[in-house]
Amino acid sequence: MAEHILTTPLKDEDIKKLKAGDKVSLSGEVYTARDAAHKRLVDLIEEGKELPIPLEGQVIYYVGPAPTPPGKAIGSAGPTTSYRMDPYAPVLLDHGLKGMIGKGGRSQPVVDSMKKNVAVYFAATGGAAALISRAITAAVIVAYEDLGAEAIRKLTVKDFPLIVAQDCHGGNAFEEGQKKYAR
Amino acid sequence: MREIKAAKITEEIARLCQEANFELEDDVQRALEKAHAAEESPAGKEVLRQILENSGIAREERMPMCQDTGLAVIFAELGQDAHIAGGDFETAVNAGVSRGYTEGYLRKSALADPVRGGNTKDNTPAVIHLTLVPGDKLKLWVVPKGGGSENMSRIAMMKPADGIEGIKKFVVENVREASGNPCPPIVVGVGIGGTFERCAQLAKKALLREIGSEHADPFYAGLEKELLTLVNDTGVGPMGLGGRTTALAVHIEVAPRHIASFPVAMNINCHAARHKYIEL
Repeated sequence: MAEHILTTPLKDEDIKKLKAGDKVSLSGEVYTARDAAHKRLVDLIEEGKELPIPLEGQVIYYVGPAPTPPGKAIGSAGPTTSYRMDPYAPVLLDHGLKGMIGKGGRSQPVVDSMKKNVAVYFAATGGAAALISRAITAAVIVAYEDLGAEAIRKLTVKDFPLIVAQDCHGGNAFEEGQKKYAR
Repeated sequence: MREIKAAKITEEIARLCQEANFELEDDVQRALEKAHAAEESPAGKEVLRQILENSGIAREERMPMCQDTGLAVIFAELGQDAHIAGGDFETAVNAGVSRGYTEGYLRKSALADPVRGGNTKDNTPAVIHLTLVPGDKLKLWVVPKGGGSENMSRIAMMKPADGIEGIKKFVVENVREASGNPCPPIVVGVGIGGTFERCAQLAKKALLREIGSEHADPFYAGLEKELLTLVNDTGVGPMGLGGRTTALAVHIEVAPRHIASFPVAMNINCHAARHKYIEL
């Protein structure tokens, strides 16, 4: 279980080094988006219109945070289940997205697109939302404020604890881990 | 006739919605600590360590353990000799949910219309299961239910010929397929029998039981134990990354069925297994 310290935006050479099961500590800026924001982004791409956020080299965190209490940068902010974004992810990967953070596994079309575009999928610990909020030092809504918890936010993160769940070589930490412990 | 004030119901629901989200229940905390100590997989152990650290932070800072603070599911048993004064039950419960989710900075995840959307902005309406019972007390269970684990829940209208082997296969295959999605280690509520809707409700009700408790009927207590072993043998492990602990408990609730039907439902709860209880 190798450990990596990474800063966004991600480069191809960073991503190629990552193997399923490795630990990553991520710092820099990441964007939040879940179901509704993904639909809007993909609709804009299909209409040939400009996106409200850059995608090149960027990382999207699948999260809809709890409201921000007074005195905090953000409320509890753990990952949501990623497979719901699978219908949209390949389009975003084709447009430069390099990393995704969520929980649970990804489908074959996403895996194929990750291989083709050299991208990585990280797992954060589901339900560890108060802990993860401590790694987020700033949060600003940058698009779709009307979506509330589902609005796109730009987060500044420091040492966000992640595991490489599915890498750009086809490695899969879920399959490998489960095979090892199945009886 | 004993009087229970509607305002008291609102106050308690508001408090319990917050506590259920801020504080891991003792039974769940104990089960997770035990799992952490026993876990052989390094990734699984790290996930469990983060979950326990998270529980401490949430409790201390009164922050929700998970950003998905759920739809508010309320089970209520109302004694038929009690009278609710100063308002109606459903309004009182929803006022409590609204207050609790707003005051506690909990996420509002309720859409007014399932197809056309529109956030209700205070997480109402609650999903209320009310039964009338003898006595003059009101028992309330507050069970905030997140989407990730709810989405991995299933129901099957099996053939009576499928029998006990059918139940085992159904539960184990669904846990394997759900993999890391419902935030394991999970609690599995299994409903067996009844009609379509009763069976689903039994599976949800099974999640109210204390972790480590056994079914009163030794036959079902044995089946719970066997299912827990089979589920943990899948190797799914914490967050699906592989490990010895896939479930903290399997709880079964049963009801009489039609001679032609054999409904089996499983409702999955995440590792926080949020549940709070009060008697008024």
